[in-house]
Amino acid sequence: MSTQTSAQTDTDAHRGIAPTAPRASAGTLGHGRPAAGFLAPFVVLYLLFIIGPAVYGLILSFTNASLVKPGLNGFAGLGNYGEALGSAAFWSSLWHTLWFTILTTPPLVILGFLLALLANRVARGRWFFRLAFFAPYILPSAVVALIWMWLYTPALGLLDTALAKVGMTPPSWLGDAAWAMPSLAITTVWWTLGFNFVLYLAGLQEIPRDLYEAAAMDGAGPWQQIRSITIPMLGRTTTLVAVLQVIASLKVFDQMYLMTAGGPNFATRSILQLVYDEGFTNFRVGYAAAVSMLFFLVVLAVSAVWFTLVRRQEKVV
Amino acid sequence: MAVSRRRLLGVAAAAVGLGASGALGACSSVVGGLGAERDTGTLDFWNLFGGGDGVRMQQMLDGYRSAHPEVELAAVTLAWGNPYYTKLSLATVGDRPPEVAISHLTRMKNLVRADLLEELLPDDLARHGMSPDKFNRRAWEAGLVDGKAYAIPIDTHPFVMFYNTEICQQAGLLDADGKLKPFEGEAGFVDAMRRAKEVTGTFGGAVAFTSETATPWRMFQSFYAQLGGKMLAEDGTKVVIDDAKAARALEFMQGLTRDGLFPNPIDYQGSIAMFANGEIGFFFQGEWEITTFQTAKLPFSMTLFPNVFGGGSYAVQADSHTFVLPKQPHRDQARLDRSLTFVRSMLDQSRTWTEGGHVPLWLPFAESPEFARMSPQSEYASAADSAAYDEDGWYSGSGSNFEIITGSAIGDVLAGAATPQQAIAQMRGNLEQLAGTASPL
Repeated sequence: MSTQTSAQTDTDAHRGIAPTAPRASAGTLGHGRPAAGFLAPFVVLYLLFIIGPAVYGLILSFTNASLVKPGLNGFAGLGNYGEALGSAAFWSSLWHTLWFTILTTPPLVILGFLLALLANRVARGRWFFRLAFFAPYILPSAVVALIWMWLYTPALGLLDTALAKVGMTPPSWLGDAAWAMPSLAITTVWWTLGFNFVLYLAGLQEIPRDLYEAAAMDGAGPWQQIRSITIPMLGRTTTLVAVLQVIASLKVFDQMYLMTAGGPNFATRSILQLVYDEGFTNFRVGYAAAVSMLFFLVVLAVSAVWFTLVRRQEKVV
Repeated sequence: MAVSRRRLLGVAAAAVGLGASGALGACSSVVGGLGAERDTGTLDFWNLFGGGDGVRMQQMLDGYRSAHPEVELAAVTLAWGNPYYTKLSLATVGDRPPEVAISHLTRMKNLVRADLLEELLPDDLARHGMSPDKFNRRAWEAGLVDGKAYAIPIDTHPFVMFYNTEICQQAGLLDADGKLKPFEGEAGFVDAMRRAKEVTGTFGGAVAFTSETATPWRMFQSFYAQLGGKMLAEDGTKVVIDDAKAARALEFMQGLTRDGLFPNPIDYQGSIAMFANGEIGFFFQGEWEITTFQTAKLPFSMTLFPNVFGGGSYAVQADSHTFVLPKQPHRDQARLDRSLTFVRSMLDQSRTWTEGGHVPLWLPFAESPEFARMSPQSEYASAADSAAYDEDGWYSGSGSNFEIITGSAIGDVLAGAATPQQAIAQMRGNLEQLAGTASPL
């Protein structure tokens, strides 16, 4: 996904500068054959593991295929799609995934930026802050889930004990339908912040120092420098971070499956868990395929809206 | 298409096997369990036992190994619940099944409907001395599908009541022998909890329901079955919840948390910790937690889950662990005999297994004086005869979606987040959706 994203922004960027680019590439047509050879390994793997299964999934979605029965088990037409669109479980799971995305994306982008800014300004021991903020990202989801389940344990967990000491009544973090999703969002922010942090840190180091020197000479304070130099200069990084983040959040499964198993009372079942439940637990592969196709359309729509916004924004800049 | 799909899944299963052996190359049991090489002297056994059960199963496997050194036994332990049955089904569909596997009695029937299990013919069973009359009748009959046997049960694991003997002593709930005086009915139950609460100063008892669906279901099903209620009928194609009975059970359960007799919220580990730390007098869970409290050196005992609504007809939620023989790509008499010898060896070690709290079903042991002397295991052994198994349905059984749906709604009632009526409506709505869906099996 990331390669596609950066390719997209690159072409956008070059469009204004090099309108003759297509003609130039026409002149290199003679290299087509070696290029195809270089591409072949990727294309073969891509066809075999991405396009092939996707087409197979599309076919399955129109059938009653079962995991434990041979064959496609009969054509279902649009029956699976109709069932999904009429199912409360489908809509609530879809909303849970979107709600999680809404809860996690802004903090992950904004905190990633702020922490990168701070870490970049530290004069001594910079490596420590970089490591500290990035370290959680390298943990496997199972480890993260275990750590936070201990923290959230009712009555005995670290959070509850600490809050009880200062006289506060903690909520039932993972047990209350209203709190479970925010609790999962907090875990996710702690876990994956490091990735955005590193992207921002790289972006910050790309900004030429002389801009700040010139601004300082003109009498701009630190806050003004951040607002007028840092944030605009990081525009492209922010776009990248936000797109990657939205997609990563929409794909949520691990931490929810491990920490709440979709509960309490299905309040945190994501759409991917619904697909998993239907396909691998209920053995209804055809129906699961239909749900994932519908989810694919949602992701496509979100991405399309996002890119339209970004393109407009870049035209303005 | 039929063949290619089967093969595709086989490839997928093999890929998973390769992944596992790559990641855990050092662990020979995993490689052996999923491996492709099958010498005549090997036996793959899949189970889902962790904790104390896992340790005891290991002892029993060692017992088999020393008696049958010629067989190379490879045992694989996988996490229990839905994923276990998915793996077992996929391995069998993919023509790489283990020779013997553990299945819950309530999940075994769906494996049979999916045509994944070998039928156990009376002659074969008799040849290994495992005729039906050697087993607890309730469990054996509950395991039959259309009158045919596909599973050999080793235990019944009922929902039971643990009690702290020191707290109950102070609350005046024990008799002269130091055993809990039996209590019955709603008033008797509430009174015992209240008296324990007066001793502890916090709560009387606990049942886990936060981030947990199986436990609230087990408690509800015990009460509901005592009232004579049924959830599903006609192989799960009909939802037959009795509103009045379900509401009565749910209202009673909600009262326990609302009146502060039980904690709210409380998750599985938290409830164990409370009981193990001596903070509560009663603890409701499956008998398998016996090891946890023995290790904690807690003064405790166990008894039958109380008869609150049953009157003359006692019932308690339970399931059984059974041995099943997944369908092999090729029939092979020697392998069948090897598998059945293995199962028989496990049954013969019923004593070891019973130490983990499970009620033995193998009558040569269950009816022996040796078992009668085992305490507290023998105190609740009669639960096996009153076991209320989850009703049949392609989505039903231990750890299934059925239990997740019902347990979620019941958990909400215990948390005070839903009224009994809301929970019943939710259960009915979600179950009817599954009941109305053509079985994928």
